[in-house]
Amino acid sequence: MSTFQIDFGERRKTRVVGIDLGTTNSLIAHMDLTHPTIVEDAQGRKIVPSIVSLDESGGLVAGETAREMLITHPEQTVYSVKRLMGRGLADVRDELKLFPFRVDENSESLIRLKLGERTFTAPEISAAVLRQLKENAEIALGEQVTQAVITVPAYFNDAQRQATKDAGRLAGLEVLRLVNEPTAASLAYGLDKRKDGVIAVYDLGGGTFDISILRLHDGIFEVLATNGDTHLGGDDIDNLLLKVALEDITTEWSDDLSTDSEGVQRLRRAVIKAKEELSYVARATIELHYKSKSYQRVLDRVVFDRLIGPIIERTLEPCRASLKDAGMMPEQIDEVVMVGGSTRIPLVRAAVERLFKSKPHTELNPDEVVALGAAVQAGILAGDVEDKLLLDVTPLSLGIETMGGVVSKLIHRNSTIPASATESFTTAVDGQRNVLIHVLQGERELVKDNRSLARFDLKDIDPLPAGLARIEVRFLIDANGILQVAARDARTGKEHSVEVKPSYGLTDDQVEAMIRESFDKAEQDMRERQVREARVDADHILAATEKAKRNPAWRELSAEECAAVDNAIRDIQNIYHSGDHDLIRQKIEALNQVTMKLAETMMNTAVRGALRGTKID
Amino acid sequence: MPSPSKDYFEFFGLQRRLVVDAEVLQRRFYELSRQWHPDRFGRRPVEEQNEALEATSVLNDGYRTLRDPMKRAMYVLAQEGFPIGEQRSKNVPPELLEEVFELNMMLEEIRSGDESQRHELESAGKHFLEMRAEIDGHLEGLFQRYDAAAPESESAKQALQEIRNALNKRRYIENLVRDVDRALNAELKPEQREL
Repeated sequence: MSTFQIDFGERRKTRVVGIDLGTTNSLIAHMDLTHPTIVEDAQGRKIVPSIVSLDESGGLVAGETAREMLITHPEQTVYSVKRLMGRGLADVRDELKLFPFRVDENSESLIRLKLGERTFTAPEISAAVLRQLKENAEIALGEQVTQAVITVPAYFNDAQRQATKDAGRLAGLEVLRLVNEPTAASLAYGLDKRKDGVIAVYDLGGGTFDISILRLHDGIFEVLATNGDTHLGGDDIDNLLLKVALEDITTEWSDDLSTDSEGVQRLRRAVIKAKEELSYVARATIELHYKSKSYQRVLDRVVFDRLIGPIIERTLEPCRASLKDAGMMPEQIDEVVMVGGSTRIPLVRAAVERLFKSKPHTELNPDEVVALGAAVQAGILAGDVEDKLLLDVTPLSLGIETMGGVVSKLIHRNSTIPASATESFTTAVDGQRNVLIHVLQGERELVKDNRSLARFDLKDIDPLPAGLARIEVRFLIDANGILQVAARDARTGKEHSVEVKPSYGLTDDQVEAMIRESFDKAEQDMRERQVREARVDADHILAATEKAKRNPAWRELSAEECAAVDNAIRDIQNIYHSGDHDLIRQKIEALNQVTMKLAETMMNTAVRGALRGTKID
Repeated sequence: MPSPSKDYFEFFGLQRRLVVDAEVLQRRFYELSRQWHPDRFGRRPVEEQNEALEATSVLNDGYRTLRDPMKRAMYVLAQEGFPIGEQRSKNVPPELLEEVFELNMMLEEIRSGDESQRHELESAGKHFLEMRAEIDGHLEGLFQRYDAAAPESESAKQALQEIRNALNKRRYIENLVRDVDRALNAELKPEQREL
């Protein structure tokens, strides 16, 4: 079919990029012939801080600009928003105490953050970071970027994945695949060069922790088990040090700095600097000079290690659990790969080495390895990389609510995805038309201890005596780790409509509306700019004409010609405020036409004058 | 590309046997993944992408079923008309009645804080593990008997019947092992981490 061929031809040309949308930092990469390469911005920077700020014009800015605004305009700037993706208010109560998130009162079903006077959902804020990355890539590659692979923590649940996908859509990106961060990293490491083996990827980032155990076999990366904690990362270390420093300052200055958001942000930066230094030197100083006061505290690695020990310890339990799920002993792990900025900390490396009894790989930059892997996965999807294939798993079990608030598991955690399960449902009452299915994710027995994903409403069931209807529902977790549900009437075989009510996050309609709104806004912005530009041009020509009328050449025109010019000037003045840039341009053109003769005459006069001035006679 | 079969054995190109060579199964799984995984269809029309998604989900479900001898046996039982229904801790196999009674007493005491039973419980747990191993050995023999019998024959049906009984008993013991494990590790509370 010709339409397919055309479609195919066009699609081949478009490039797929790989994006690491991190808690602290984000990067974008692409496949450069055979190797993944990180995109640099105009200043040669690879890292885009995942910080977003509301600028004066009411638009969102991300990256370095926002990082500066975090100090100058802390009230309209936000960071670590990944911690809120796909979450409800109850999930993040603890985070709210530690992070300067200003949550709008209207956040019951969906968290909205206040930036200055406006409110935004987490996907909208993440979309601003994605837009910045997209723009950097478009400038660097000199072409439009519309398709992407975005990485997510392996332990992200359905709602968190969906929220990430929504952010991509809001940024104008077609998200071809969500890929788990540790698995992406393993693709970048080129570990497949050794034909067979079992590896562990330990990924401690800014806000999330993942551990994945993989079997490598001839280019196939098969995930055996994954585990993690989506609320554990370098942020926690920062907050701990910040708390210590704030207490110090309260004593030393007899002044509570914690209520001064600019002061806190400056101190936070100082704390992070000291933390990063401690990965390379034995002692560092937390230093703050603020409002003519000074604070200094020397921190040596021994004290630092003692402080952060409990946080690092929290990563080891998921490691043991994933080993158990993979049916492996630590000795059976051939290689351990370190990913995420926090794995630069010597204590982390020591803890991992002790657990897995082998020295972890740290050759690749732990900040870049996930984005590089995302680019490789993008290459796989584009058909450019053919020797590698990733077989990933779902991190959490999927189940449905049954009698007595108990969960019946349908798809177990660590099942290779895509994975599916089919379950039969019937009615309990004569003539019942609806069946509501409550889907949950998690490992616990009771509904209340698991994560509610969504409620699916099977509607328009044929009215039958109780128990006679049979609706077969197929639960399918796709390659992105996102649930799809389809229902079929087992008697008639006809497809059944399913209405989805997600428990957290945006509905499809909301995302659509946001895209439309931003699209409308973009159109409106465009229109306004065109009108402004047309008015500037009108100003120029009106001024030039007024000036020309004082030229002797004006008197050489006929009365009709003069009237035509005056009419044209009046026409422009009349529609100047109309807001119709096309009309303004049309009238500018008309004035151009009727002043042609005047311009010619002026030119001739000028030439004559010039000739006179050169005294050729 | 022809649509793959929904029958796991056919999809993997294997004969319907209860004893399966794990290496062959894994090799087929990787080959078929290379062929059908949605990542291979990134540039294909939507219909083909959907077909790949569908096929891979059957492939993965099939691999999970066939590589585990117990799940594999249950799959064959269901196909051959010997389904194992939902069975919870009721229907105690008669030969286990006495032991289950004693176990419940011990569990009760441990739960109420009486640690003196810990040692007894540990040896009970070990005993159940031995029983499970014994059943596994018995099942292995039954699997071979089924594989050797002509399809649909009386002796094949006989073997399936015995496999069903053995599997039911095994599942019951599995639950006992789990109960003992939980009671012994109560203070560790596995999988209680918040999501």
